[in-house]
Amino acid sequence: MNELHLPWLELCILVPALASIWVGRILDVSRARSASLAVSAVTLLLALSGWIDYETLFAFEAHDHWDVVKSFIGREEFVIDKLSAPLLPLTALLFFLTMLATPRVKFGKYSFALGLLSLSSTIAVLSCKDTWLLITLLAVNAIPMYIDLRTRGKSTRVFAFHIGLSMILMILGAACYEWTTSDFGRGIGIVLLVAAVLIRRGCAPLHCWITDLFEHAALGNALLFITPLVGAYATMRLVLPIAPDWALRSIAFLSLATALYASCMAIIQTDSQRFFCFLFLSHSALVLVGLETTTPIGLTGALCVWLSVALSLTGLGLALRCVEARTGPLSLNQYHGLYSHMPHLAGFFLLTGLSAVGFPCTIGFTGTELLVEAAIEMSPWVGGVVVVSTALNGIAILQAYFRIFTGTTHHSTIPLASLRSERIAILTFTLLLLGAGLWPQPGVHSRYDAAVELLDHRAVSKHIAVTN
Amino acid sequence: MSVSEWTQVFGSITFICPCVLLLIIGVSLLIGRPMSELILGRWLKAMVSLSLISALAVLGIMLATGSRRELVDLGNMVEIHDVHFHFHIKFIFDRLSVPMVILSLVLCGTVGSFGLSYLHRDAGFQRFFLSFAMFLVGMTFASLAGTIETLFLGWELVGLSSALLIAYFHERPSPVANGLRVWAIYRFADAAFLAAAIALHHQTGEGDFSLLMGDEPWPAGTASLSDSSALLVGTFLLIAAAGKSGLVPFSGWLPRAMEGPTPSSAIFYGALSVHLGAFLLLRVSPILDRSALLSWMVIGLGLISAGFAALAGRVQTDIKSALAFASLTQVSIIVVEIGFGFLYLALIHLIGHACMRSLQLLRAPTLLRDYKTMENAIGKSLDHGSPHIIAWLGTSAQRRLYRGAMERGYMDAILDDRIVTPFVRLFSTFNRWERGWTHWLAGSHHGSEQHQEKMQNE
Repeated sequence: MNELHLPWLELCILVPALASIWVGRILDVSRARSASLAVSAVTLLLALSGWIDYETLFAFEAHDHWDVVKSFIGREEFVIDKLSAPLLPLTALLFFLTMLATPRVKFGKYSFALGLLSLSSTIAVLSCKDTWLLITLLAVNAIPMYIDLRTRGKSTRVFAFHIGLSMILMILGAACYEWTTSDFGRGIGIVLLVAAVLIRRGCAPLHCWITDLFEHAALGNALLFITPLVGAYATMRLVLPIAPDWALRSIAFLSLATALYASCMAIIQTDSQRFFCFLFLSHSALVLVGLETTTPIGLTGALCVWLSVALSLTGLGLALRCVEARTGPLSLNQYHGLYSHMPHLAGFFLLTGLSAVGFPCTIGFTGTELLVEAAIEMSPWVGGVVVVSTALNGIAILQAYFRIFTGTTHHSTIPLASLRSERIAILTFTLLLLGAGLWPQPGVHSRYDAAVELLDHRAVSKHIAVTN
Repeated sequence: MSVSEWTQVFGSITFICPCVLLLIIGVSLLIGRPMSELILGRWLKAMVSLSLISALAVLGIMLATGSRRELVDLGNMVEIHDVHFHFHIKFIFDRLSVPMVILSLVLCGTVGSFGLSYLHRDAGFQRFFLSFAMFLVGMTFASLAGTIETLFLGWELVGLSSALLIAYFHERPSPVANGLRVWAIYRFADAAFLAAAIALHHQTGEGDFSLLMGDEPWPAGTASLSDSSALLVGTFLLIAAAGKSGLVPFSGWLPRAMEGPTPSSAIFYGALSVHLGAFLLLRVSPILDRSALLSWMVIGLGLISAGFAALAGRVQTDIKSALAFASLTQVSIIVVEIGFGFLYLALIHLIGHACMRSLQLLRAPTLLRDYKTMENAIGKSLDHGSPHIIAWLGTSAQRRLYRGAMERGYMDAILDDRIVTPFVRLFSTFNRWERGWTHWLAGSHHGSEQHQEKMQNE
């Protein structure tokens, strides 16, 4: 296998993991925030370097130089390939911008040490291809969230039940698939794996843990736990290569139903965090619809929507978080009229929302177009449901925008305008959302290559399964 | 430079100038340094004038050379060779697009100039002109679109800017609610458009109008679609056009759109935006020609909408709503003309109507004064007209008709009662079940108070 020039991947994982121990010992929250920002910036640079290094190799996949993990367990567990290459810097960027845009009032509630731990585990998940290590890392990835819920004195039962069930099914499924030779045993393994990833990525009706998480955990942590879409990544690595067509069709059907249901639910929400949550569920389900089309165009669309959802919805969540830091929890059954106090945040909220639903000239546009095209090719009804879901999401976005920022005059005795750090984050997101929307070719080309690679991998795996 | 190169240069300036205007206003607001009213006004006038002069130059070149179609091809914005996917940006200058873009620029320039004074020192001045610039870009792109993708891009920009401008006076809930309603209808119209665009790609592998409609320039093209495909694509496009132009059953949004400031009402709902649906039908007229059933559907929809709008317009009690329905009546007649294949007549009707209605809407704030001036001039009260045909009906029928017209055909009520209310009720029930399930799973101790509070709020 090709080798990177430096151990970028291991550094990306180790730097934030070790730094989280250091940051956890800093009592002054302002200093903890500064340290975390520096560490996440370094991680972002490392991830970017790894991506650039990988691109210069023109390789199918590559692993670290001086692979420490390999020296312990004898296998190259962390690899970078066409699928994961842009996801690693994207994840590091999302963590960096979230920490940057964390308002002072949230310093006490948002645990920067847990944030770094979460960054480390998310990057580890996204650079892992081995089944058992990936399952272990998915379990580790949930620990910071569990600690956050416990620290805040909230019930962990909903979260623990769903994540625990997902992990058990994943272990049983992987064991059945790998350790049995009969078709029946393998079939059961695939069913269990499918069920596990569906729970992890919040497929209806087993999505309630995500709404519960958003209602009870710190919004920043919850945001960063779900927006990198590790559930979709698990589907790509654990299910897509081995699943027969009927399993993929089942996932596509359930994902389609989830996309439509969640978009309908987003419209009627009166709680801003639940609104965000359903919006996310609808979009992440659309990603899965594209993944299961198993056509290059559908898969490319899904991977493009994946990037756009991660970027747009993290931006939208941050905008919501910044507003709520100033006003407290927002109810969407009344108007708040905050536009005059925070026009930047209002504009950013609208831009990220529209980008998520695939408005022209934004990052989501091309992905949505590809996805709709693949869905219509799959079946006109599937295409119709995808189009209706995006239309409903668009209505939900503008409704939330109007409810939060318009409709009345908000009186405040203190200034509510966005801070410099927030404006930097807003500007960065805006440039990325519009830049990738106006010049989409490099991104689409990269995702097409990844899609072709995934389909080739699937074809090889199916061939091996048949010959066995 | 050759004549062809000059055409390319002027053609490019025509659509680049509105983009520059949007970019400048957008960036200035993004970095927190909004331009002064004076500077913004200068940019607006300069960009619209330059764009208009370029469009006129293209027209002049085409008339001089006898050319009936000029193309400015920017190539593929996105392309995946292996799966034949592309998003092609191309602009076409022909007998349909050139008059439409000149009309758009003249009216946007006039109304923009009017708006600079009308909204002087208004708190939302910058916001208005940001949406205005977005609308201008949308109209220019839609008018000049040489591919269905480019048209869709412009179409969406027009929709968003319209919704934001209806909600311009956003300190009050009513304009905001109306803006949202219009956006909801536009989203479904956009969904139909997207479905049509993809169905077209699917059927022919192309979204390029010059390839789809044959070599002959508009209106002489022939659609390269089978009759059944033409019917399918055309039906989607008709739904999209009906949503954008406020035809039945989407007419409810048009009077609501008058909540916006007068300049935006004039330009959007009197002049340009409301005609975009008719323009779409004109652009795809070769597809309509492929299917007699589709043409009759267009005619039928136009006639029903015209009848409804004529009735509803007669009972409106405010001038902007009356003008909105008057607009709809004329747009519906234009749609009927398109259905019958009178394309040049429809285009001339469209341009004339847009100019006249713009003027009427801009004069709307001074209506009472204008009436007084006219009455003073003729020395008696103005004739309010008599209901000739209505008088033949019995009193009971007259009342029912009046009530129906007053309630705008009960379309909003039906929409609310049959779709919105059951939808909200159904999903609110699901929402309660979900909350119940998570609270049971979390244990009754956690969050029960919060749950009760939220249930009360809902």
